[in-house]
Amino acid sequence: MARKAASTENRYRQALRGLLKDKLATTGTLLVLIIALVAIFAPVVAPYNPSAQSLSYRLRSPSSEHLLGTDEFGRDVLSRIIFGSRVSLIVGVLSVALGMIIGVPIGILCAYFGKRFDLVVMRVVDILMSFPTLVFGLMLVAALSPNLINVVIAIAISLVPRFIRVARGPALSIMKKEYIESSKAIGASTGRIVFLHILPNIAGPIAIMATLWVATSIRIEAGLSFLGLGVQPPTPSWGNMLKAGMNRILMAPWMAIYPGIAIVISVLAFNLIGDGIRDFLDPKKQI
Amino acid sequence: MFQFTVRRIIWVIPTMLAVATIVFLVMRVAAGDPAIAILGEYASAESIAALRAKLGLDRSLWSQYGSYMWDLLHGHLGRSLINNKPVASYIASLLPRTAELAVAGMAIGVIIGVPLGVLTALRSRSFVDYLGRVFALVGLSMPAFYLGILLLLVFAVKLRWFPVISVASSPSLLDNLYALFLPALSLGLIKAAFVSRMTRSTMLEIMGEDFVRTARAKGLREGLVIYKHGFRNALIPVVTVIGIYMGALLGGAVLTETVFNRPGIGKLLVGALRERDYPVIQSTLMMFAGFVIFVNLAVDLLYGFIDPRIRYE
Repeated sequence: MARKAASTENRYRQALRGLLKDKLATTGTLLVLIIALVAIFAPVVAPYNPSAQSLSYRLRSPSSEHLLGTDEFGRDVLSRIIFGSRVSLIVGVLSVALGMIIGVPIGILCAYFGKRFDLVVMRVVDILMSFPTLVFGLMLVAALSPNLINVVIAIAISLVPRFIRVARGPALSIMKKEYIESSKAIGASTGRIVFLHILPNIAGPIAIMATLWVATSIRIEAGLSFLGLGVQPPTPSWGNMLKAGMNRILMAPWMAIYPGIAIVISVLAFNLIGDGIRDFLDPKKQI
Repeated sequence: MFQFTVRRIIWVIPTMLAVATIVFLVMRVAAGDPAIAILGEYASAESIAALRAKLGLDRSLWSQYGSYMWDLLHGHLGRSLINNKPVASYIASLLPRTAELAVAGMAIGVIIGVPLGVLTALRSRSFVDYLGRVFALVGLSMPAFYLGILLLLVFAVKLRWFPVISVASSPSLLDNLYALFLPALSLGLIKAAFVSRMTRSTMLEIMGEDFVRTARAKGLREGLVIYKHGFRNALIPVVTVIGIYMGALLGGAVLTETVFNRPGIGKLLVGALRERDYPVIQSTLMMFAGFVIFVNLAVDLLYGFIDPRIRYE
């Protein structure tokens, strides 16, 4: 048991070392760490209260006093971007985690049971995937009423069929391995085979997609909030800041430009990590 | 091939019916009472009851579902709850606008993405490759609607080359293309990033295959090796990606239409969601899903023409 734990630890340490060798993945990891720290310590890092209004400071362009300018209520744009990172990270990470917790076991069970169960689930997945992710999210948020928790739920549900597909493919090839046959022969339970033998062996492709989908979730949240169907003001989110900025694009373009840059940087960071893990796990690239 | 084609086309019917069922269930069960949503929480019980009766919501869910599917199968999409106009007329006038935006966006994505992907694969690890990869990374990370805002800011607000609101001033083709350019470019540049990345990695993989080495060894011209042995084989995953991204492109169209204030199905859906106009919401959602289903059908059928091996399987 101790030897097994040590070998797993070695494998993860090796994976981390390999990932850190990749310059782009390291940049992505550093960026995500910075964004996470900024989100956690937002009240300390932000120069102003993100909700504090000052009518005499309305629509001020960037200056030494307000580095990224102010919005139509005189609120500091930089402080709102800093607090907005919380929404993006919460939505990005939680929706992917929720989608993964629901989708991955279903995908593995499809591979495990096969036959009718697999056929029915995969047909449902095909049908659910005919909705574009953003449109599916829009439909669910509108049905549930737009707020932070419902945005997380809506994006998570739209990711479930995608996780089912991602887990099912590699799980199918693992199911053909001899050690699965042996486990079945010695009477191992379904739970034991699924969680101990299949799940650790398909963790790679799931990790890649999970990281890339955090980026997608951040983009979808921004899109939903931009349409006014996501996180509602006055809570700052990069999407609803862009919406407000779009309405003042002629007078105060900074209101739209800077929240957008925040979205691009955070999405880029998660994409870089996802690419890094993909390259690291791709045997062809290690030759 | 014939059997596969027929089976694949017939499969569209149950898929569309299932999509209609999901839309119905989400909007009727999860969304709560449309009558309250339309009239507001403080409306009197009598007016809510009257509206429920008018909308047929006082009937059982099964009965509502039955008449919804019956109407749908007969092509009746209902009338808007806001202005009583037939939903079909909205769809008929706006669907072509969204379709032209999506197709133009994908066309730009392919026209830029495929050659860029081939070029960066052939000049792997060069400066061109580096630039192409940076373009792809930034493109993958930028929401199309944000790029739209930036393009609008530069080309419409600062330079004034294009209109701020992308509506053609006359029905002429040139005016339409002029109004379409910026929204299609914002969608297309993002798709070009996806397509170029996919093309690059597939081309790199194929150009390293044994049959490419054999083709070179027997003295075939490099251009022919690249086109016949490399590019044609690389097309299959690229076509798949184009199919997959058509859905994402449509999602992007919802936002792009809003940014450019351009009439289309996406903008119609967003407006209907805000006003809780259920017949419009249901029909537009069906249109989005239907579009993706038909693109996937086209992609599946196209495989057979691109790769003869698939035709015989």
